Amino acid sequence: MAMQEIEVTINGTRYEEMVEPRMLLSDFLREVCGLTGTHVGCEHGVCGACTVVLDDAAVRSCLIFAVQADDRSILTVEGLAQNGELTTLQKNFKENHGLQCGFCTSGILMAATDFIEKKPEADSQEIKEMLSGHLCRCTGYDGIVKAVEKTIEENKNSVKELNT
Amino acid sequence: MTQSIGTPVNRVEDDRLLTGQGKYMDDIGTPPNTAQAAILRSTYPHADIISIDTSEAEKVTGVKAVITGEQIKQYMKPFSVGVSAPVKYYPVAVDKVRYVGEPVAVVLAKNRYIAEDALDKIKVKYEALKPIVDIEQSLESDAPLLHENVGSNIANHRTFDYGEVNQAFEQADHVIKHKYHFPKYSAIPVETYGILASYENSEDCYTIHANFHGPFVIQAVMAQALGIPGNKLRIVVPKDIGGSYGIKAGAFPYMVLLAITSRIAGCSVKWIEDRQEHLSASSSGTDRVTYIEAAVKKSGKVTGLRMKMIDNVGAYIRAPEPACLYRTHANSTGAYDIPNLHIEAIATMTNKLPTGLIRGYGGQELYFPLERLMQRVAKELVMDPADVIRENIIKKHQFPYKTASGGIYDSGDYEKGFELAIETGKYTEFRRKQQEARKKGKIFGVGLANIVEPSGSNMGYITVALTPEERASSLPKSGCAEAATVSMDPTGSVNVRISTTPSGQGHETVAAQIIADVLGIPMDKVNVVAELDTSTSAWSIASGSYSSRFASLGSSAVFYAAHKVKSKLFKIAAHQLQVEASDLELKAGSIFVKDNPEQKYSLKRAVGTAHWNPLALPEGMEPGIYETYYYTAKNTEPPDEQDLINSSVTYGFVSDLVTVEIDPETANVEIIDYVTIHDAGKLLNPKIVDGQIFGGLAHGLGGALYEELAYDSKGQFLTGSFMDYLCPTAPEMPKVTIKHMETPSPITPLGAKGLGEGNTMSAPVAVANAVSDALSPYNIEIDTLPLSPNYIWRLLAKSDIYQKHKEVNA
Repeated sequence: MAMQEIEVTINGTRYEEMVEPRMLLSDFLREVCGLTGTHVGCEHGVCGACTVVLDDAAVRSCLIFAVQADDRSILTVEGLAQNGELTTLQKNFKENHGLQCGFCTSGILMAATDFIEKKPEADSQEIKEMLSGHLCRCTGYDGIVKAVEKTIEENKNSVKELNT
Repeated sequence: MTQSIGTPVNRVEDDRLLTGQGKYMDDIGTPPNTAQAAILRSTYPHADIISIDTSEAEKVTGVKAVITGEQIKQYMKPFSVGVSAPVKYYPVAVDKVRYVGEPVAVVLAKNRYIAEDALDKIKVKYEALKPIVDIEQSLESDAPLLHENVGSNIANHRTFDYGEVNQAFEQADHVIKHKYHFPKYSAIPVETYGILASYENSEDCYTIHANFHGPFVIQAVMAQALGIPGNKLRIVVPKDIGGSYGIKAGAFPYMVLLAITSRIAGCSVKWIEDRQEHLSASSSGTDRVTYIEAAVKKSGKVTGLRMKMIDNVGAYIRAPEPACLYRTHANSTGAYDIPNLHIEAIATMTNKLPTGLIRGYGGQELYFPLERLMQRVAKELVMDPADVIRENIIKKHQFPYKTASGGIYDSGDYEKGFELAIETGKYTEFRRKQQEARKKGKIFGVGLANIVEPSGSNMGYITVALTPEERASSLPKSGCAEAATVSMDPTGSVNVRISTTPSGQGHETVAAQIIADVLGIPMDKVNVVAELDTSTSAWSIASGSYSSRFASLGSSAVFYAAHKVKSKLFKIAAHQLQVEASDLELKAGSIFVKDNPEQKYSLKRAVGTAHWNPLALPEGMEPGIYETYYYTAKNTEPPDEQDLINSSVTYGFVSDLVTVEIDPETANVEIIDYVTIHDAGKLLNPKIVDGQIFGGLAHGLGGALYEELAYDSKGQFLTGSFMDYLCPTAPEMPKVTIKHMETPSPITPLGAKGLGEGNTMSAPVAVANAVSDALSPYNIEIDTLPLSPNYIWRLLAKSDIYQKHKEVNA
């Protein structure tokens, strides 16, 4: 199959690669770019493990072709922590036991990062509805919901502190 | 330093998993020239294979090989299994297919895309045979036969009598019986099976990397099937496994399949299972029909129990089946004092996916009929179900309690746990509210379930599948060995190697906690190596992650290995200080004389001596610090001639109370409150404990309400995607209250018992009891699962009382 050249910025780094038009974005991230933090769980858009942030929206990388990401920006789980410092969300996942095997975690972190940015005041029910796009078979979701709630609460508090 | 064990410390695994640095099977890289595999699967439930034409597939550019069952068969024998029925099970169909999804051929290609292109070009001619999927029909003499050479579909059949069962039934005031059906469902880890297999002909050796978590007795099964000595089959399990809940024990046939394709093609072979393959053709829980009857006194006391359990092990019985029938053998009477017990156990084969380990294994299948029957006893005797439970539950003074079938419940206070559930769930108050709500046409119910949670399997229990005479001809099997290695390097830092192949349960964290406590060093100085390599790790047949065995066995091995290291360090220090080792104590990196703390020797120096200056060690001591401990609990004897067996090491207790409301418009079951009381002995890390409970409960609720691997009556598979197989998501989780009691186990050194499977066992029946209770005014009884809205709707539609009631209300 004919190859196509694409340019994608991932976590701030530019990748210029030749890909088959049928290559999934998830496979591109993992196999071509070596970013194995994005996981593949179902390849039909239900489990949410492969979620990444494409430009400014959380998307299922298993439902997008790599060529569709041409000339666009992607944030993956590897791009969250800066200089070894976990984000507030990541820290709260740790504090609240929001992960066990960790396989679904990358996708949930990406979806939640995008969600918190767009809905900084979200309540528990909205958090659960956002999480309904993700399957976790370890935690029963309790720690995950708490981690997102806590992050929203802490963000609100730090905004208040800035304002005073 | 304060004790770490017993405190909710954060996990050491989390940083790598939160930053995308986990090393799962698909992340470990491959040797150059590795072929990617795709598997052609049967679309027929039961058919003869007339021909397979691979020629067009082989022509596809990038394809390295197309391999069929006939070729695979040349390099292996059928897998052995612990029953006498001569079932020939290969990891790929030979001559005949027996379930939808069964492998028929393997394509190896440059990449997965090409491999899947080539699958479409393989032409298979089938001749359809009559399928059989119904458990009871499969036992009939004219049922279609899956394995002609076996002569019937029955893979295993045993009967057991304990106590005076007939007498109990003769003297009973009531005999209460019913038939229950527990459906086929699965565990569905988000990571699927992943395998990288390589064959080296110069050494005639197979190396298989796989997210397989044991039991490692299956390593011997695989080596035997491949016709090689165990040391020619190296299995490497990555440190991160993306969930399993038992299901990944079923990866072993694929490991052998891929290993042989590597041999045939002359290159490494990698395969990552896709979701449809996982749902249709990995492994699953066992569906069971149970005929259960209880001999009951007027008081509600159950004096005897008869159970006929028929397990559907799918198209081929494979290890560790028929263990689902026997894993709970010692705790067959659950949390109740029932001295007389008759069990008839049958494993039958049908045209469905073969079964295997799953979270709760055997427990949900056992407790569904048992706890449903206890509620039925209450109904027929017009008693409160809570009073029937009180009448029968094992009392505190009876511990250690010997069960009818040979179990020894090590510790517990079940009455207290049960009453705590009743109180926490406000049972009496709910009953009152329920009466009022019923008057308004609302459908409320409350369900109770009390279960004993076994952990740490006795490797002898599976041999109960054989008669005492059959067992006598081979080596008895007992114990539950687990190993751990604790070493200290020349710089004084600690490495711990475990063989419990964790898949999210936080074994690394708890192992580090134990080391920190025993050796008095900070947790973050401990490096835990969870990767298992059968060529270099200390392991035994029982090793692996199943039967909640880390808290009872894995942690014990780590504990004793750490004590071996401590003992050696004390001997070194005692020699240097010219005192007795028994006079020494360890604190904050320093070994000192108890009566004279000024006289001390640093831990670092003691380690350093063992490495840098071994000539200064006491006479006869080996250099280095590297200690392995193999632990087994002593209460795991082989089954005796009367088939008495203590099938597990420790037994925890779970008491659940769940309240539900059913929407009359949609028949949807909504859980109002879920209360679960746990006694798992000493809790090693309460944070991890609650995480395990939530996860086990979510899986249990999935089994109760949503999850089923469904087949139509012709054997066609109906749930091949997440649109059809429904797993609970965050909004489906109810409000949950967890409370703990800690009755330490006298068996394990830390007093811990396993946990994490309890609610997977209890929730299906707790919810079924609640729904039954809710629907009792309409004379509706729940005897199968899952309790989907369409299922409940059908029950309501069939209920004359409900229909009349609706008319009156309208």
